[in-house]
Amino acid sequence: MNLTEFLHMGGYAFYVWTSYGIAAVILVANLVAPMRQRKRLLGEVARRARRARRKA
Amino acid sequence: MIIRFFHRLASPKHFYRIAGRWIPWLGSACALFMAVGLYWGLVVAPTDYQQGDSYRIIFIHVPAAWMSLFIYVVMASASAIGLIWRIKLAEVIAIASAPIGASFTFLALVTGSLWGKPMWGTWWVWDARLTSELLLLFLYLGVIALYNAVDDKRTAARAAGMLALVGVVNIPIIHYSVEWWNTLHQGPTVTKLDAPSIALSMLIPLLLMAVAFKLYYAVLVLLRARCEVLERERNSKWVEELVESP
Repeated sequence: MNLTEFLHMGGYAFYVWTSYGIAAVILVANLVAPMRQRKRLLGEVARRARRARRKA
Repeated sequence: MIIRFFHRLASPKHFYRIAGRWIPWLGSACALFMAVGLYWGLVVAPTDYQQGDSYRIIFIHVPAAWMSLFIYVVMASASAIGLIWRIKLAEVIAIASAPIGASFTFLALVTGSLWGKPMWGTWWVWDARLTSELLLLFLYLGVIALYNAVDDKRTAARAAGMLALVGVVNIPIIHYSVEWWNTLHQGPTVTKLDAPSIALSMLIPLLLMAVAFKLYYAVLVLLRARCEVLERERNSKWVEELVESP
């Protein structure tokens, strides 16, 4: 089987690759969102701790 | 020993630490299963004699649909545990599951649509399976919205947990919908009691992808639960220590 044939998916390329593409986008977005949120939360706590130390 | 393990795990501080240690392992296992499953499903598995290559959507669609039900059951069970025993970690797991479940439900609906168009000639029909799965998406969104609408996190978790429990009635309806009602949607091919009516060369990648999706959920729910724990405990001493000595 060659690459063109593989990408063609027997004429169903649009339906198959759109499905896999949307799946990839949804899975990656779900992975990135909590990672970024964790960084943001830890950053907030660190900022607050620094402020408290400066006051003391 | 086991009881002590669970007791410690239920404390937010230990959960945060232990979950952080599990995530890389679960993630690696998931990547392995997904790589083999995708290669097998897209390249090795033969073309279907009726549906051509369009059937390859099954390797996303069916695992996503299974996850949409599985995650709902996890969410509802965790909600019940949270409501009955007031275990904070159960509330956290329940609420962390909701957006992931909604994602998989959406994915199942969209890929179903993309499969339905070439095979049935329509993107959507209002039949029992599709309608009950759409209702499942709305239940997930309802749980998320209800949780975010209440300021106090513990009250919010109780309210959202109640909704999650009421929605459990939808789960058997989705599962049996293709048997109870005549519909365009094909009947069960894998979970039949006698023998699955699917060739082994297609069943194996399907199961590999199903395991990969389960592991993916495990990673995602731990990531989200860690964030939820951090947010709830941000004023506690251990979180401050965590930031100061990472």
